[in-house]
Amino acid sequence: MSAVLKAPLVVEFPFTRSLGPVQSAFLTGLRERVVLGVRTGDGRTLVPPVEYDPVTAEELHDLVEVAPTGTVTTWAWNPAPRRGQPLTTPFAWVLVRLDGADTALLHALDAPGPAAVHTGMPVRIRWAGERTGAITDIACFEPYDGRRAEPAGHTGEFEAPVTGIVAAARLDYTYSPGRAQTAYINALSGRRTMGERCPSCRKVYVPPRGACPTCGVATSEQVEVGPRGTVTTFCIVNIKAKNLDIEVPYVYAHIALDGAGLALHGRIGGIPYDEVRMGLRVEPVWTDGARYPDHYRPTGEPDADYDTYKELL
Amino acid sequence: MSKEPVAVVGIGQTRHVAARRDVSLAGLVREAARRALRDAELTWADIDAVVIGKAPDFFEGVMMPELYLADALGAVGKPMLRVHTAGSVGGSTALVAANLVAARVHTTVLTLAFEKQSESNAMWGLSLPIPFQQPLLAGAGGFFAPHIRAYMRRSGAPETVGALVAYKDRRNALKNPYAHLHEHDITLDKVMASPMLWDPIRYSETCPSSDGACAMILTDRAGAARAPRPPAWMLGGAMRSEPTLFAGKDFVSPQAGQDCAADVYRQAGITDPRREIDGAEIYVPFSWYEPMWLENLGFAGEGEGWKLTEAGVTELDGDLPVNMSGGVLSTNPIGASGMIRFAEAALQVRGQAGEHQVDGARRVLGHAYGGGSQFFSMWLVGDRPPDS
Repeated sequence: MSAVLKAPLVVEFPFTRSLGPVQSAFLTGLRERVVLGVRTGDGRTLVPPVEYDPVTAEELHDLVEVAPTGTVTTWAWNPAPRRGQPLTTPFAWVLVRLDGADTALLHALDAPGPAAVHTGMPVRIRWAGERTGAITDIACFEPYDGRRAEPAGHTGEFEAPVTGIVAAARLDYTYSPGRAQTAYINALSGRRTMGERCPSCRKVYVPPRGACPTCGVATSEQVEVGPRGTVTTFCIVNIKAKNLDIEVPYVYAHIALDGAGLALHGRIGGIPYDEVRMGLRVEPVWTDGARYPDHYRPTGEPDADYDTYKELL
Repeated sequence: MSKEPVAVVGIGQTRHVAARRDVSLAGLVREAARRALRDAELTWADIDAVVIGKAPDFFEGVMMPELYLADALGAVGKPMLRVHTAGSVGGSTALVAANLVAARVHTTVLTLAFEKQSESNAMWGLSLPIPFQQPLLAGAGGFFAPHIRAYMRRSGAPETVGALVAYKDRRNALKNPYAHLHEHDITLDKVMASPMLWDPIRYSETCPSSDGACAMILTDRAGAARAPRPPAWMLGGAMRSEPTLFAGKDFVSPQAGQDCAADVYRQAGITDPRREIDGAEIYVPFSWYEPMWLENLGFAGEGEGWKLTEAGVTELDGDLPVNMSGGVLSTNPIGASGMIRFAEAALQVRGQAGEHQVDGARRVLGHAYGGGSQFFSMWLVGDRPPDS
């Protein structure tokens, strides 16, 4: 058995966030080098602020400024920073209770090593040079032995408040299609389509998944299907999909390859789009270097009888 | 011991729109929850548990948002559950909540579903570039359009039926202040003249992308007795699943959908849904799914669903109105869409649907499905308790 395929999969998207009144004030404040908390019904000040009281569920809107100095309440050393983290050199993740706040804020502490960090140590904010209204406007915290700063009593009213942010997210996976699909993909490189037959219901799965979803049993018997097949149903695509270099209109079809227990999907070419029909007999057209057939074209055979493919739509 | 009867005593929705840039996710769900509490004349303290649902986390990019939404929903110190069953999630979320009341685990449960589609792109979230796989060749409607063509072939339905559904649902939406699309100048000609995107699906036969939330307060018999407004009673509720793809899958009328409906009718003692049910809120993301689901749900025989649509039976003044609220075709915050169906069914039997009220609606079906016809959830609600 050949080795199971693996490849990196990067999932990346610039999500947008509507902030609502409290987060809007908090992030706008950071832009202006002001840290705001929110006062709860029982008089505590939460930093970072939240919109709703965790105890009473009441809406919170009483914003209060706290100091840019505070105390580390707990920490963990990060010896190997990863992309996107606040500092590129080793640092401590810290929870910092800012002076005037009752809760702690998570951020990074720039320190030479874990021996230089301890719970209870005084720290202050190191502001980023360029600030846009984001948590990264606090570049990090730094050790600080000086005088405690006094908050200026800001109320959270700002010119041109930040109302939304873009939160770019990226996840890095290693994807493996597994044993059955690896065999299928390897066979495609020889322009053959291999499925697996369920030992119980005898249906041939293309692409195979290694198990029959109906019977719940493992599949292993290799079965070559096609190359010819039948268009079982289709649509005519009239709008260009993003990242697809195909001229519209074109036909996107379900194609039951001969011998397969279910249809796969492909584009139909070699025939005007408005002449494609259910039952059309087709064969794959391969292009050099492509993993999958570029499209399927008519074979010239008579159309298949509806009864022969009505279970394969 | 028999189950506790489950009553809907509070319903709240946001005004669904393309983008709610004025609120955070927390602010959005809060708005619907507050309206449901106000409808029930209850406070956060009256709620014993919170059951929340939404579609995939990639739709906003907040992983496990229920953790951060606990404060906004008064869930601190209470059980909070999150449900996920793709597009059907709004329905299955309500059913999980209902089962907690029916099993007497909790007395009064807040259930809520939401989506803030403007924060991401659902099509991106559903078509990640998986290595080795053939890229999707057809865009959002390309998944659905071939199934619609299969239905047309099987039923012999005339090509105009899809447009009739869209025209009806968009007119119904004009009577629903919470609906996203309010197309005041809609005509059948305009629907027919809209661009054919994925033939046989026209632009006007597709659902919008919405930001919105929907909440309900479910309670027991004693809670219903204290309710300030008439409750809706759950007469039956069921969920069914099947794989998205398998040999023999019937996309036109999935077995799981048929089985789910049959279970609901059995629980409710319904033997002839067409005669015994007064209306239905059915998850119709593309117009042709109305006749398809009418058959799947047993309102019409196989190949006969389009005849109900064509004859006007499913119009607001027909004898089986469907999607009185305007449906998914007019409002689609994906994760909330199923709960909106369930809630709109409840509004009807409570007599509180306003301008889109069906006179004398006593039993109404709420239906949701999702995940490429993988998940189904439904409930039937009535104006009387199940044992009366």
